[in-house]
Amino acid sequence: MQNKILIVDDEPSIVLAINHLLSQSNYLTETAENGLEALQKAAQFKPDLMVLDVMMPEMDGLTVALKLRENTQFAKLKILFLTAKISEKDRFAGYASGADHYLTKPFDNDELLMKVKQLLEK
Amino acid sequence: MSAAAVILLSLAYLLVLFGAAFWCERNARLSELVRNSPYVYALSLAAYCTAWTYYGSVGRAATTGIGFLPIYLGPTLMAPLWYIILKKIILICKEQRLTSIADFISSRYGKRASIGALVTIIAILGIIPYISLQLKAIATSFEVLVKNFSAFGFYPENTPILSDTAFYIACILILFTILFGTRHAETTEQNEGLVAAVTIESVIKLIAFLSAGIFVTWFVFNGFADIFSKAYQIESLRKLFTFSEQTITGTDWLVLTVLSMFAVLLLPRQFHLSVVENTKVAYVDKAIWLFPLYLFIINIFVIPIALSGLMLFPSGSVNPDTFVLSIPLSQGNHLLAMFVFIGGFSAATSMVIVATIALTIMFSNSILMPLLLRAKLIHPKDEYDLQKSLIHFRRLIIACIIMMAYVYYKIVGTQYSLVSIGLISFTAIAQFAPAVIGGLFWKFANYKGAITGLLAGFLVWAYTLPIPNLAENGIIGSQWIEHGLFNYALLKPYALFGISGMGTISQAFFWSILINTTLFCAISLLTKQSAIEVTQADIFVDAGKQSNQKSTKPIWNRSADFEGIKVMLYRFLGAEKTDQQLQGYAQKNNIQLKKIEAADSQLITFSEKLLSGVIGSAAARIVINSSIKTENLSLQEVIHVIDETQQIISYNKQLEQKSAELQRVTHQLQNANKRLTELDQLKDDFITTVTHELRTPITAIKSLSKIIYDEEELNEHKRNKFLSVIINESDRIARLVSDVLDLEKMETGKAIWSFGKVNFNTIIEASIETLKPEISKKNLQLNLSIAIEDIWLKADHDRLKQVLLNLLSNAIKFCPDFRGKIDVSLEKMPPYALLKIKDNGIGISANDQQHIFDRFTQFGELKKTKPTGSGLGLSISKKIIEEHQGKIKVKSELNKGSVFSVEIPYI
Repeated sequence: MQNKILIVDDEPSIVLAINHLLSQSNYLTETAENGLEALQKAAQFKPDLMVLDVMMPEMDGLTVALKLRENTQFAKLKILFLTAKISEKDRFAGYASGADHYLTKPFDNDELLMKVKQLLEK
Repeated sequence: MSAAAVILLSLAYLLVLFGAAFWCERNARLSELVRNSPYVYALSLAAYCTAWTYYGSVGRAATTGIGFLPIYLGPTLMAPLWYIILKKIILICKEQRLTSIADFISSRYGKRASIGALVTIIAILGIIPYISLQLKAIATSFEVLVKNFSAFGFYPENTPILSDTAFYIACILILFTILFGTRHAETTEQNEGLVAAVTIESVIKLIAFLSAGIFVTWFVFNGFADIFSKAYQIESLRKLFTFSEQTITGTDWLVLTVLSMFAVLLLPRQFHLSVVENTKVAYVDKAIWLFPLYLFIINIFVIPIALSGLMLFPSGSVNPDTFVLSIPLSQGNHLLAMFVFIGGFSAATSMVIVATIALTIMFSNSILMPLLLRAKLIHPKDEYDLQKSLIHFRRLIIACIIMMAYVYYKIVGTQYSLVSIGLISFTAIAQFAPAVIGGLFWKFANYKGAITGLLAGFLVWAYTLPIPNLAENGIIGSQWIEHGLFNYALLKPYALFGISGMGTISQAFFWSILINTTLFCAISLLTKQSAIEVTQADIFVDAGKQSNQKSTKPIWNRSADFEGIKVMLYRFLGAEKTDQQLQGYAQKNNIQLKKIEAADSQLITFSEKLLSGVIGSAAARIVINSSIKTENLSLQEVIHVIDETQQIISYNKQLEQKSAELQRVTHQLQNANKRLTELDQLKDDFITTVTHELRTPITAIKSLSKIIYDEEELNEHKRNKFLSVIINESDRIARLVSDVLDLEKMETGKAIWSFGKVNFNTIIEASIETLKPEISKKNLQLNLSIAIEDIWLKADHDRLKQVLLNLLSNAIKFCPDFRGKIDVSLEKMPPYALLKIKDNGIGISANDQQHIFDRFTQFGELKKTKPTGSGLGLSISKKIIEEHQGKIKVKSELNKGSVFSVEIPYI
């Protein structure tokens, strides 16, 4: 069965790149461009993993993660932060909100794919 | 011995004494010696030992044994306290030029004439019995000497005045007191002659008494042991050495000790000699031990003489008060008797002269002067010689006081022993104690408390001592003594308030002092001091303290015509003295007299003190007040006072300003620091934001180019798409970098501007032209309304166009597709050209509007449709407009649209 991945980022160019990468690796993908949309899509699409940006309009990624973690429906959902916020503090906040992994921009395509694969195999 | 011989001898003695005094005053060296000797000072204090001591102690010892001692024990106990009390009083009196105890009390309690007058009345009424005692002693000793032993037990009671020895004695004493006491008007000036005479008399009375004692002890008897062993065998004499009902009770003993403690300090003549005649405060140190020593020596032979007299004469045949004289007489030693008489005469005259002079000064300064001045009977500026009239007044007063003493002696004095008369005086004088001692150490002691206490104490004294005495002598009815006034038992004068068992003196002292002190304290606590009292209280209580050096400054400002003050001083002090004192004042204060036009506060205070030395502090105050202008200030003076006040106020203001400035600078520093910290934070934020803004396009570029690189099989369409995104993102980076640099240059003032005459209309039209493709792409409707005439600006053409492009593209960006509408208008709003760009886009929330011109503002709404701008466009636009002396503003409502307006001054 194909694993489903929801890509959330407000930068279309970045969404474009990630979407391409993941689709090529045989994942079923869906995209959202802000936090609120991400929550809606998550409920409909029921992804196995979410690639989540932090700084977004409407609702930031940290809040999205927290909301998802409150809901048992998403207990098995893996959350991978992919963000330009690179400080230790940000990293800690990311894990504290319930992330499974934290990657910073600019990312390496192979590293992203590997992390996604690892998380989905767990 | 013939009366003539005794009279001649006495007169000769007095003349010698006066001669000595006169010589002393004329001879500079001798005068210097008297002035500068602590021994002279200490011996002059021995004026405390009067005929009472000389004759009365023996009489007292013969009847009450050791009952004579407290009168000397008190002063001995008081002497160490002089170190604190007397020294302080001297300091105050010197500084304030106070001349008597009345002056002292009046000055302390606000220079009020009334309290000085009351003190004077108490002192005169209290001292008159004391003076009469001296008259009685002289008269009796004269009778004893002249009538040669046969007169023992004889009291010259009903002698007609003209053949009464005492009357002539009184006259002689008046004469000599006038001679001694009224040659100078000013009383603060030391009267060396008087001091010299008193000192000589102190020495003579001591030697004479010791001679009598030695004669009795070693010539009549065989030494002390002989007298005491013989006396011890007589039972009545043995009792004299114990405390008992017949001799003296412990209470009486204690009371008499306290009484005499007060007396040695407060008796007007003791005050005069120890304070007014004091030339150096340090002399007190010597007197502290010398004076008690004198008392001790003069008392050594009191008991031996008393015992001898009792053993030599049959009981009651000789008045014990005359033992000193009658023993040598009975032994036939006339020469010694004569010497003893002179000694007693010395003791009595020194007291009468000094006491009368002291009382005279008090009366003239504390009663007469204030009264005359108040009643305008004399006027400070009158033509006649005030100094002369002052002296005449004083002579009259001297005569009156001594005559009153004589009258008292005639009526009452013959009936009582010397000591009991003296103690009446002591009790009266003790009434000053609360006011004086309280006034010295208690700042809250006030006029009302002092005068009430004094008055009450005085009334109790009068009711319990002199009035019953008068009654007993049949001058007034004596019914009330037994039954109490109005038959109230509580008001029996000898058992006041039902308490009996104390001696008459003890109970009078007890009640008068108790009531006096209680009222003094209570009323002082319950009432307030006047302003002048507060000043005086400070001066008195703080006397001798370092901080007090300048506190003599009056608390209010006074000024007076200097000539007026001078004329007044001439009247009272005489020209020579006045000039001399003023010269001294000028030298001390480094000013030139000729240049003084108006007397300032300090000079007025100085003049008041000078006057106070002549006419007393209360009178001086009246005189000074009559010539200074505190009440009727002229307009000029009011202005002067205001000026001065203003100066003080402005000085204070300056201080305030200085401190405010300091505060402001501190505040500025704090602000600068805060601003720096903020800037630092902003810089950090800026860098963080810039790097973040850079990171996003770089991420996309990196990822996409890697895909293109990795995936060879990537189809054409995708490849092209990815490449175009990469190009766009690269542009975005380039724009961002150039914007950041632009802004940085403008903010640091490094930007290069090229201002020139620019047509605003043209720029607007050109900008719109540039953006035509975007407008048509979004299918927007753009309305342009521009004034027909061209508007010219002094502007940097390219930068201004940059602003317009920024604003217009923002408007385009946020307008909805198809139904979007942009209105651009330009009009003149002198002195500004006003450009408005209105869109019907998403709008900006009120909160966001505040930050819209800040760098990298993140707008939720703006972010929705990812703008292509760097986030710095509006910041840069604002900078540019500000550089053109213009303003840029925004008005907006969410979902309705925004209006950006730009105002630039036109030319």
